Formats: sequence, C-alpha cells, structure tokens
Amino acid sequence: MLSKSKIFFKGTVAVLPHMLSVIPFGIITGAIGVELGFDPILVYATSLIIFGGASQIIFMQLLSGGASSLVAITSVGVINSRHLLYGAVLSEYLEKLSLIKKLIISYFIVDQGFAESNKYIKQNKNLSNPHYYVLGTGVTLWFCWQISTISGIILGSFIPEELGLKFAIPLTFLAIIVNDLRKLDHVYVMLVSGFASLILFDAPFKSYIILSPIVALIAAFIMLRFKK
Amino acid sequence: MTWFSIIVSGIVTYFSRMAMVALIDRDMLGTKVKEVLNYVPAAVFPAIIFPGVFFNDFGSFVEITDPKIYGATVALVVGFYSRNVIATIVSGLLSYWFIIFFLLK
Repeated sequence: MLSKSKIFFKGTVAVLPHMLSVIPFGIITGAIGVELGFDPILVYATSLIIFGGASQIIFMQLLSGGASSLVAITSVGVINSRHLLYGAVLSEYLEKLSLIKKLIISYFIVDQGFAESNKYIKQNKNLSNPHYYVLGTGVTLWFCWQISTISGIILGSFIPEELGLKFAIPLTFLAIIVNDLRKLDHVYVMLVSGFASLILFDAPFKSYIILSPIVALIAAFIMLRFKK
Repeated sequence: MTWFSIIVSGIVTYFSRMAMVALIDRDMLGTKVKEVLNYVPAAVFPAIIFPGVFFNDFGSFVEITDPKIYGATVALVVGFYSRNVIATIVSGLLSYWFIIFFLLK
C-alpha cells in the first residue's frame, strides 16, 4: 500500500508536464494585469483569491475596459462554473472525508489537477487515500501559478509575444484527452462539445465554456439511453 | 471597488469548486447521472481546445491554413501514439514554431 506522501508525490509528478503551459500562462496573466494599469498587489490578489487563469485575465480586461463590477463578477462565475462538474466527479473519491478537509481540498481543484486525478484514481480503484493525489496535483499547480504570476507582475511580459505561447493552452488540454480518442463514445462527446463551443463562442459572459459541456453531457445522456 | 469585485469573484469561484464536493451527498446522484459524469473530461476540455485552435485573438475563424491547425494536428497524432503529455505539447509547439518562423518568413 502506498503511503500518503507517496500518493501526494505521484500527484505532483503527474501535473509537472503541464507546467509547460501553466508557467507561461501565469507569466502572461501577471504581465497583462500590470499592463492594464492595475496595482501589482491587486493583480496578485486575483491569483490568490480567484485562482483561475482565464477568468483572471477576463476579469481584469473587463474592469479596465470600464465594465461594471457585476459584469466582471458574472463572467468569472460563468467561466469558473465548470468546476461544478469537476466537483461532481471528484465527490465520489472525497465523500468519506470530514467537512473541513473537503473545504480545504476544494480550493485546490483545478483543470489539469482534476483531469490527472480522475485518470489515476479510475485506474487504481483500490487506492486508500485518493484525496492525497488530488491535493498533490492541486497544491503543485497552485504553487507554480502563484510564482509564475508574481514573475509576470515583476518582470513584465519577458516572453516574446511572437512565440505565441497562448497556443500551449489548447495543447495541454489536448494532451489530457488525447488518449480517450481510442473510445468512440468519448470521441462523439468531444466532437459535440467542440462544435458547440464554435457555435456558441459569441454567447454573452463567455458562457460557451459551460454551455458546450452541458450540451455535450446531454448528448452523452441520450447516447447512453440508445445503447441499452 | 476593485477589491470588492475580486473578493466576490473569489467567493463565487470557491463556491463552484466546493459546492459539489462538500454540500452534495453522493447518494443524491442517480446511477444515470454517475454514468454521464464519466464523460466530464470529454465534455469540458474540447470547449477550451476548439476555440483556442480555430479562433484568432479577435474572435473570428482562422484560415484553414493557419499554423495552429497544423500544430494541433501534429500534437494530436503524436499524443495519440505516444500517450505522453510532454511529447504532445512539445510536438505541437515545435511544429507551430517551425511554420511561423521558417515557412512563413
């Protein structure tokens, strides 16, 4: 049986490859905040308090563009509502924990951490302390995110824009799901989600980020009914 | 005012992370819902990938010859066969850079 620290460490190792995109993205986020004219402390506060890359950038862009707080807050809420889906999946592995542990772990639920945890725990059903794996992924991503946004705030955008490193973001997520392309039912759900996101892209408050998954999950539900 | 917005946004975001884990009893979800939840990664991540590849910074469709499409295709093939995260990301970036720095120059 694996010790708690070993499980935590496995989680850390699992998300390290994603640093290829997380770190540049963090630097860009910090640098954009300062460029938009926000106080460095405020920019950093978004990393600590909101802790969600895309939503932080949109939040600062909206406020600096003169949007109301209500619009900015709504956008953050809509973009980050996908965590509800991650939570629903992870709750199975976390249900035996005390409330206080659940409340702490929740803060560390992030895209890549969720994806790697879900993959690992599904393959290792008898894992005794799966929450340490979730924590290992989340805490590691948290540290790298904090450090990289701080670097972006202090040093500015020292990554040349010509490199187009924003492209690393779709690539990390592609790396997460590429293995599921072997399963036809998953491919079908992916295509529904992808095409829905292209069609719904202009929906208000960036809501394509949550609407497309909902459309895809409904498609999955219908597919499962026909399978039986 | 900005501080207020950050804190409320933080609370909203934290709630989205915590609600399903801490407030919902797993038994409240039926077996059908649990089955559908298997598809959460397949349902969420393409909605981030597709716009990142097929739209430019201004939110309009890229040309079919856009370097991002080639980069993503290379990453897809390499990722599928290697099953390796680093290989997927690096192959995508390198092929993308090869096109924008060598072929388009």
